[in-house]
Amino acid sequence: MSEEFKVEIVNPEKSFLVKDDVSEVVVPAFEGEMGILKDHISIISFLKPGIIKILSKSGDENYYVEDGIVEFKNNNLSILTSTIFNLADMDKSKQQDLLKQAEEEANKTDINDQSKYLADQKVEVLKTLN
Amino acid sequence: MASLDDLKKRIASVKSTQKITKAMKMVAAAKLRRAQESAEKGRPYSEKMNNVILNLSNGISDKENAPKLLSGTGQEKTHLCVVMTSDRGLCGGFNSNIIKKAKSYFARILDEGKELKIITVGSKGNDQLKRVYGDKIIENISFKESKNANYFDADKVGKMVIEKFVAGEFDVCTIFYNQFKNVITQIPQAQQIIPLNNEGEENSSEESYEFEPDEDEILSNLLPKNISTQIFKAMLENSASEQGSRMSAMDNATRNAGEMVDKLTIEYNRSRQAAITKELIEIISGAESL
Repeated sequence: MSEEFKVEIVNPEKSFLVKDDVSEVVVPAFEGEMGILKDHISIISFLKPGIIKILSKSGDENYYVEDGIVEFKNNNLSILTSTIFNLADMDKSKQQDLLKQAEEEANKTDINDQSKYLADQKVEVLKTLN
Repeated sequence: MASLDDLKKRIASVKSTQKITKAMKMVAAAKLRRAQESAEKGRPYSEKMNNVILNLSNGISDKENAPKLLSGTGQEKTHLCVVMTSDRGLCGGFNSNIIKKAKSYFARILDEGKELKIITVGSKGNDQLKRVYGDKIIENISFKESKNANYFDADKVGKMVIEKFVAGEFDVCTIFYNQFKNVITQIPQAQQIIPLNNEGEENSSEESYEFEPDEDEILSNLLPKNISTQIFKAMLENSASEQGSRMSAMDNATRNAGEMVDKLTIEYNRSRQAAITKELIEIISGAESL
């Protein structure tokens, strides 16, 4: 029996990625990283800034996301996100740009605790990419 | 009858107008393809988003304390209408169709004695509405600088709507836009986004989800995003509709100009012939009288 399931990543502009030979996906869920394997129970959760790891036969892929929702049902994983970048395409300057933006956001004083937490997360994740 | 010179000038002017409309039609056709593509590509996101929210709202345990964005404020006194139009004209009935739809809705709201607030997106809608409903317009947004509809712009509108909702400035929010069906048909739509209208959409799957963290928290995170998503969807549909509408309007204009040129050319030739005949008669009768 195959241990593979389907993953679909959509952003508002288009369907970003569709893969049906995925063996494991690790998503940065709001309450901590979450690994999803085949036959996981149906779940809905949302994401904090972090790295999505997709492990599949045709190779592993890493994506940086800033927010989003995951829905897993009947061995279909849908990830809805508004900001996503493939780490393979991410170069130094782009990463620095994002980091600068995130730091600016994190240093704002007029934001609430949750946005502050998310912005801090962003900074942290982007720094680890160095 | 107009003189030969006048006719010549008119023919030339109609011809140059025809050139412009023809060029606009071509540009619209090229843009339409892109806009249509992105409208179609954007659909999965908003559909999935709707699905998730539907599943969530069915699974929510405490309906009384559900987030206000979902259940509403419990009253329907103040209506906010977001009227989305284009920034540019010459696109046939595109803008007037939205405005017509919106105006009939406004009239109904005001008849019922409710309060009305309007946000216009796109300068054409603002131009048409400010004459009658000028005092009701609280905000006017235009994205003239952005070439294509993008999520960032939609998010700005969405955040503004939510801010106003949280501040208690309105109870019900409806967006007006044109849904793209095909090049000749665009359907003006009024879609209520706050509170979310899920009636008639029964969830077929009985499957229960696990939520992490709990439903309420996910919902309160998701609903604001959904507002932006719905607005973005409306923007995409609108831009496809605008180009489609412009294309068929410009096609008509080009054809009409062609007909006009034909008509004027016939008239021109007739009067030229008449002038020649007249001159001949004059010469002949002059020769005869000698």
